[in-house]
Amino acid sequence: MLNKVNREIPDDILKDKNYKPFETTEIGNPETTYVAHNVKVTQGDDKLVDSIPDVIAKTGLKNGMTISFHHHFREGDFVFNMVMQEIINEGFQDLTLAPSSLTNVMNDMVIKAIKAGTISHITSSGMRGSLGDFISHGGLKDPVVLRSHGNRARSIENGDIKIDVAFLGVPNADAVGNANAIHGDAVFGSMGYSLMDAKYADKVVLLTDTIMPYPNTPASIKQTQVDYVVKVPKVGDPDKIGSGATRFTKDPKELKIAEMVNQVITHSPYFKDGFSFQTGSGGAALAVSRYLRKSMIQKNIKASFALGGITKPTVDLLEEGLVDKILDVQDFDKGAAASMANNENQQEIDSSWYADPYNKGAAVNQLDVCILSALEIDTKFNVNVMTGSDGVLRGAIGGHQDAANAKLTIISAPLVRGRIATVVPDVTTVVTPGDSIDVLVTEVGIAINPKRKDLIAALKNVPGVPVYTIEELQKRAEAIVGKPEKLQFTDRPVALIEYRDGSLIDTVYQVKD
Amino acid sequence: MEIKHTALAGTLESSDIQFTLSKGTGVEINLNSQVEKQFGKQIRKVITDLLAEYDIKNVTVRAVDKGALDCTIKARLIAAIQRATDTQNQPNWEVLG
Amino acid sequence: MERLRRTMMFVPGNNPAMIKDAGIYGADSIMFDLEDSVSLTEKDTARMLVFEALQNVDYGNSELVVRINGLDTDMGKADIYAMVKAGVEVIRLPKTETPEDVVETEKVIEEAEKYFGIEVGRTHMMAAIESAGGVLNAPAIAKASDRLIGIALGAEDYVTMMKTRRYPDGAELSFARNMILHGARAAGIAAFDTVYSDVDNTEGFNHEVEIIHELGFDGKSVINPRQIPLVNAIYAPTEKEIRNAKDVLNAIEEAHKKGSGVISLRGKMVDKPVVARAQRTMALAKASHLVDEEGNIYAE
Repeated sequence: MLNKVNREIPDDILKDKNYKPFETTEIGNPETTYVAHNVKVTQGDDKLVDSIPDVIAKTGLKNGMTISFHHHFREGDFVFNMVMQEIINEGFQDLTLAPSSLTNVMNDMVIKAIKAGTISHITSSGMRGSLGDFISHGGLKDPVVLRSHGNRARSIENGDIKIDVAFLGVPNADAVGNANAIHGDAVFGSMGYSLMDAKYADKVVLLTDTIMPYPNTPASIKQTQVDYVVKVPKVGDPDKIGSGATRFTKDPKELKIAEMVNQVITHSPYFKDGFSFQTGSGGAALAVSRYLRKSMIQKNIKASFALGGITKPTVDLLEEGLVDKILDVQDFDKGAAASMANNENQQEIDSSWYADPYNKGAAVNQLDVCILSALEIDTKFNVNVMTGSDGVLRGAIGGHQDAANAKLTIISAPLVRGRIATVVPDVTTVVTPGDSIDVLVTEVGIAINPKRKDLIAALKNVPGVPVYTIEELQKRAEAIVGKPEKLQFTDRPVALIEYRDGSLIDTVYQVKD
Repeated sequence: MEIKHTALAGTLESSDIQFTLSKGTGVEINLNSQVEKQFGKQIRKVITDLLAEYDIKNVTVRAVDKGALDCTIKARLIAAIQRATDTQNQPNWEVLG
Repeated sequence: MERLRRTMMFVPGNNPAMIKDAGIYGADSIMFDLEDSVSLTEKDTARMLVFEALQNVDYGNSELVVRINGLDTDMGKADIYAMVKAGVEVIRLPKTETPEDVVETEKVIEEAEKYFGIEVGRTHMMAAIESAGGVLNAPAIAKASDRLIGIALGAEDYVTMMKTRRYPDGAELSFARNMILHGARAAGIAAFDTVYSDVDNTEGFNHEVEIIHELGFDGKSVINPRQIPLVNAIYAPTEKEIRNAKDVLNAIEEAHKKGSGVISLRGKMVDKPVVARAQRTMALAKASHLVDEEGNIYAE
């Protein structure tokens, strides 16, 4: 059947997997019940285990179970490959892999595990590179389930994802499992995503290269949650965890977009003392924080909080007193990660607090301004951050659907990339519905969602910010690159895109080559 | 028009296309494009049409495309044809434009 | 009215990515370069790239200029023919030494226009002056052809020839700038200043733009789009200047309504140069987004 963003959702998937088609971005006030997890009571004396094989045996891992990892080490992750290789070696079959996301450094191991039959189901926030290609060409029988960070938290709480064993790499821990990510060699700052696993998995295994004396504080993951602690030689490569020193982009196109994004923010009704924002990472987003800083100083406006994935420029705003608090679910660079240790106003939050639609209120609901990216955006303002224009999986939902709940959600994207239009008649895959998107900013001008009459009025006369309809921008992009041929897919689904409430918003099919 | 010798034009930079033309029998086009799925047909049409305008009937075309626009594809192919026919500074104004 | 030429953005003629994007930065003029930024082995490919781009890419309201190779090279003539056929607005001569250089180039342009059946005179020209001899000839060069819309200083070779280098205070260019500016003004055409190549030095760039703005240059050559807003900011008129310009233009309108030939404002005669300056101020204000299409000042 067609869902509310006009995507054909196969009836057998709705039926077999018990899905509802996407209806609305409004969450409302449904009642839900959180699942409980199994606890094996200990006195905490025998948690330290010598090796990964030993700990796998102790957890009681069985065929068909669900295992989880976090992606806070990003491209510097050693833990996933270490653990997964051992699980493959031991011949486990039919496991569900449920990490917070998958980074490139994990790709080859996941493919290996799929080919060995070790992994038969995957749920993740994203996948790219060789794994995205493999899955898009039908490498996994069961479709991958793709969820936003907030939706993963929701799914863990309500049991849609039931984690049997969580393998969580940490930069430090004491022998009973108190751990944080702000000390040690491989610091990554906020442990936001992994906190859900620590809280809800039946068995929680910490892997670390640095054992601290008891009690190890501050403790983000607590001894009450942890079953085993394993010492490994090295959990990650600090140089690849986050980008080093954040360099502001010099790309004139990105700067032009960033400057216009800032104009949109500062001319919106939300730019006033006490406002809040989320900028994310990426060239243009970082540049926005520089322009925004200038405007805040000029107008003597301070922000009450900055949210989400945090970068050094945001921390600088905190230290400068332009931002009161940071609600930090992950850190994108070393500067942001390091400052967690020093700034009491840089609050670590888990992904439920950050973005979960089914709790008693998440931080994204308090958010005024949010800047997000897009691989594609269509004339209905629907956004794709998951598949390339060739239909292959190469992205991540991340917090996109969640943060798009901000009062002013801005998509910053170039009109075209190479010969590929960003603004298109219909996105290849709908990830975030157009109802959540307020303004698109490109290098040639902006388009405002027609239902936001207030913003159309507020932004119609901003110097240097030409306003177009999104259809005009789409036509302009097409005039530059030409009309692409329609992509060819087989009728076999390879990935299901959930909306943050767990309904089905789109299906990704196997590409035809 | 006859291809006199192998000639190359264009680069492998983003938004560019690199053509190598060499003597051949009939028109043979080997295209390797980043945007094959979306624009492969269109790119081949630009190449075929332009070769016809220059009345080139025997040529092997090798093209490596990095997302070039049609006008870049034309410009690079014209340049390659001029090089392969030794007419760089005596463009065929009747065909151009 | 004379068009604004605050910025002339240089775009290397053999770079498809930059050529594709050149239109998005709001440069008053875009100059595609077939000369110094293109290696000898790629002159032919760059020529075709610019030839196709001029006919196919939408550059909005920017004036389109191409810097050709000199007629003393074997590329010059083919460059001119290709650009004339592509319908370029302005052909820029490099390294102009004498008025004869302009005349010779004009001949080839006219030849090309006739060859392609294009209206003779449609292709405009500008001359870049890059040597001591050229500077001394600036007034004559500026008057060498009706097709000339402006002359420009190219300082890179010039300072070497003068046995100096670029300095922050611009003393080394003071004579050349004044010669070119006077040459241009005496001929009633535009004057463009040279490039500033240290792209990351915003302070130094701004200082140089302030100097040439004060002198009276129409604008500056820029090598990076990031320099465009900096130039525009310095060329933006003040609110006082805008109000004054509006008063002048209103006074003219009033006078016209009354059928009066004599225009006065606050007891002073408003003569032609004052009107021209007021019109230019309003054009700058519009281009700087300080007033709307009707000339009303945007409320802050």
